[in-house]
Amino acid sequence: MTVTAPPAAPAQEAPARPRIDVAGLGAVRGGLFVLPSLAIIGVFLLFPALWTIYIGITDYRLTGEQARNPQVVGLENYQRAFDDPLFGNSLWLTLLFVLGSAVIGQNVLGFGLAWMLRNTTPFIRRTVEAMVLLAWILPSTVVAYLWITVLDRDAGTLNALLGTPGTAWLLQYPMASLIVFNTWRGTAFSMLLYSSALAAVPPSQLETARMVGASGWQTVRDVVLPHIRGHILTNTLLISLWTANDFTPFLLTAGGPDHQSEIIAVFIYRTALEGASDLGYASAISLLVLLANLVIALFYMRMLRSRQAR
Amino acid sequence: MTPGWVLRRIGFYVLISVLMAFFTVPMLWLATAPFDANPRLGLRWPDWTLDNVEATVRHPYALGSLGNALVLCGVTGALTCALAALAAYALSRVRLPGRDALLYVLLLLSSVVTGTAAMVPIFILMTQLGLIDSQFGTALVLTGGLLPAAIFILKDFVDAVPRSYEESARVFGASPSQVLLHVVVPVVRPGLATILVWAFVNAWGNFLLPYLLLRRIDSQPAAVVMKTLQDEGGSANLTVIPVFSLLYSIPVVVLYLLVSRRYGFRFHGGIKR
Amino acid sequence: MRRTLSVSALVAVTCLAAAGCLGQQEESDSQRNAQAKDVSLTITANAVAGGKNAAGAEWVDKYVIPKFVEQQKAKGVNVTVKFEGNGAADEQYKQKVALDLKTGGGADIVNLDGIWVGEFAQAGYIKPLNEVAGGDVDKWDGWQQIPEAVQEIGKFEGKRYAVPLGTDGRVLYFNKKLFAQAGLPADWQPESWEEVLQAGQRLKALPGITPIQLNAGTAMGEATSMQGVLPLLVGTGAEVYSDGKWLGGGKELTEVLTLYESIYKGGALGDPLLQQEAKGREKSFQLFAENKIGILLEGDYLWRGVLEPTKGVAKMADRNTAVGWAKIPAQTPGSGIRGQDFVSMSGGGVRVINPNTKFPQQAWELLQFMNSAEAIKAELSGQARVTQREDVNAEVLANDPLLSFVAEQVLPLTAYRPGLAQYPQVSTALQQATADVVTGRSPSEAAQRYQEAVGAAVGADNVSTS
Repeated sequence: MTVTAPPAAPAQEAPARPRIDVAGLGAVRGGLFVLPSLAIIGVFLLFPALWTIYIGITDYRLTGEQARNPQVVGLENYQRAFDDPLFGNSLWLTLLFVLGSAVIGQNVLGFGLAWMLRNTTPFIRRTVEAMVLLAWILPSTVVAYLWITVLDRDAGTLNALLGTPGTAWLLQYPMASLIVFNTWRGTAFSMLLYSSALAAVPPSQLETARMVGASGWQTVRDVVLPHIRGHILTNTLLISLWTANDFTPFLLTAGGPDHQSEIIAVFIYRTALEGASDLGYASAISLLVLLANLVIALFYMRMLRSRQAR
Repeated sequence: MTPGWVLRRIGFYVLISVLMAFFTVPMLWLATAPFDANPRLGLRWPDWTLDNVEATVRHPYALGSLGNALVLCGVTGALTCALAALAAYALSRVRLPGRDALLYVLLLLSSVVTGTAAMVPIFILMTQLGLIDSQFGTALVLTGGLLPAAIFILKDFVDAVPRSYEESARVFGASPSQVLLHVVVPVVRPGLATILVWAFVNAWGNFLLPYLLLRRIDSQPAAVVMKTLQDEGGSANLTVIPVFSLLYSIPVVVLYLLVSRRYGFRFHGGIKR
Repeated sequence: MRRTLSVSALVAVTCLAAAGCLGQQEESDSQRNAQAKDVSLTITANAVAGGKNAAGAEWVDKYVIPKFVEQQKAKGVNVTVKFEGNGAADEQYKQKVALDLKTGGGADIVNLDGIWVGEFAQAGYIKPLNEVAGGDVDKWDGWQQIPEAVQEIGKFEGKRYAVPLGTDGRVLYFNKKLFAQAGLPADWQPESWEEVLQAGQRLKALPGITPIQLNAGTAMGEATSMQGVLPLLVGTGAEVYSDGKWLGGGKELTEVLTLYESIYKGGALGDPLLQQEAKGREKSFQLFAENKIGILLEGDYLWRGVLEPTKGVAKMADRNTAVGWAKIPAQTPGSGIRGQDFVSMSGGGVRVINPNTKFPQQAWELLQFMNSAEAIKAELSGQARVTQREDVNAEVLANDPLLSFVAEQVLPLTAYRPGLAQYPQVSTALQQATADVVTGRSPSEAAQRYQEAVGAAVGADNVSTS
């Protein structure tokens, strides 16, 4: 399986130049090709998403009086979010989670693996890649059991390996555990992406670097990184978005203990389903998360543009 | 072979072994617990037995749910792949204003809709459309959530296909659809395979959508049945769970192996970027 | 792109229009299709063969459906009954049935947790039984077998919405083997909280065990309320809802939280980490079965479903000799609600008829059948449980020492949760207060934070200030 290397086009052509319709598709047929996707996205994604945004300005709940007669409350839910320390807490934890496990963990480990494996024997390469990929494709419920087994207080593998019986990793170090877990879980994507990207670095330049006696780190910094900047940005964007909306940590810690690992996806789940089932508030928060995602994406596009400007 | 070189080699293998252990150790449970007479949440040398396997096979919904999941996720994967390919090709080759912004907005919206808060609109929508209790309807919702990211990734694959291929084909008089089918699809096949696996794996793990949208337990996919393996008070049924986890993991692993053997990791060697 | 824009605009408009769907309902006629010859009915419950509540699912599949079909055939009616199994977490099941009932779909007979009756009724999802199926409902002879207190579980604002499935009771379990080692009596019955703590101090001398485990924290959800805060609260004479107001963070709650503090902090009698684990309650079962917990406050489910030597999830081979039980004492003798010396809490599931059913009369017949003495005995199939019917209880409970203890000594003392839509929010705030104490806040500070949280959730006017 290969993941190529994204945002390709603008890097190679002047962005302003009109694209050449080499296949002779024409705008109409082009539109027809896009239409089925747009239809499905429109009905099953856009429509519920807009509706969710609407619910965000009501006091709608799953049950009780507000379910029978939801009232539009305007921006009250948003006001409440800004005053809610638990919401601030979950934003902060999500930031830690994304920075720790995606931006740093998966990125660095994924690149490291791709770099180390590029010249090894096929056997080592294939074995390591297979294990890393396995971690990525196993279903999350299964993965949750695997990691509970590792981190368990009484019979956990980690405690046996480190000789630290009785350490409840998920309780005493919940965020650190989740960051390590998610690095384990998601590194495969970055590794694949960087493998393809490294293959596109001209071998002659690497050779030159070797000739002048550059160290491994100097080679990476001066030859490789400039070549794969676009890939780093795309990769970081995708894994950040996925990590920011990841729900798997719920299966490990359920947001606990005492909200210490309640990242935003878990916070929304608990607001929407547990206790009061406050769907209005949960929807409002979903929109805020969307806006936060938008900020990340804008930041990314800006970086991409400044790259092109060089 | 200077001492420095030897040291570096040793360091390299130690590092690789440590990383290998990091990725492997958590998975060992999946190799031991299914065959342990007294499985529990912890790693240990098992008292080998096949009783758990037998119990799982006898479970009324375990095997059937894997079949349901294959159908549901197969349809989702195929739909996502086909529709994303068409859209990605058109978006890559035809000039559509506002295309990038559209893609980003959709990509962002997909994260809202997969969230818990959107379940009420989706459920009401599906009721109105008469698609409750329909495997196909559920697959459509899953597809809708996966398409933006699929188009986003696939478009980059298509962007990487040199236009000269298509130009040559056009010169020899191929129609646009022939160009697509016989020139572009073969070249981006690894990309399609990636999307297929990615979409399949995503749908394979989804619990909440099928649980809400499908009525009968015997049409539920494995992700839902996995969650029912508990007793009255919610305690995990550790006789069935490890074996079922193993069975539940096999299809995604097999799919990945098939796809990776077929298309390998060498895609980029062939294409000059 | 312009096309896309207009499409999204259209979608947006439809969306606003459809938003009206959020609060719809239908009128009904209880006699519709009463004479139909071809009837189809569906039952749903959070139960599934081979998984959660498997016994309940098998009972419906193997007993209720064939017997009821047969019974109706004798009357010349051709009935098809289907069972839609579930087996998800409670809140997910709740979401599913709430969405079903909201959209006018769903099964004809639906199992609910009794505590949901109020919020479902307020949402208009369910209706009083005599509105759905007509006045004959009140003439059913089965009601006479169901004690008034148990009927309360299926009632809201004085009207019967549901038929209860039975009830349960909570006691203090203790491990007699550990008690013997610590020099405590096998027929232990504490008269006050202080005596429980004293027993805990004695048990603390034993190595490697946790003297007292009392559910706390938010990870356990409602278990913290039912097996923790609420039984203690009634022991101080307070109730979570009384005289139209919700409990505030006053003296009684502070006393309850102080007990938590003395168990988890000062006396170090409990294991504060265990309570915060996502699977903490299951683990406490396991530890109790392994003779590692001295005293555990739990419902009768622990005895019949968990420690049960052949089928339980944490089997305890010597359950019958090793496990003792005692009534939960009030804080001090006579300080409990209604001036009681001992207290408990109870709950239970119910079955409702979907107001949108096509066949209200036939659904009511099926519901009566499911609540007949014969059907309930078939469901028990030799196991014991406090069922809704007194005639069945008289027969099945006698053989089980714990369950007859619960029926005779605990149920007369017990209390129920208020079936109001706001209860879950108050309950969550109570759980948070215990979490605060276990993780280091002082009881008075935790009570203060509770007062604020409840005020924000239900309105400060609706919270008692004393």
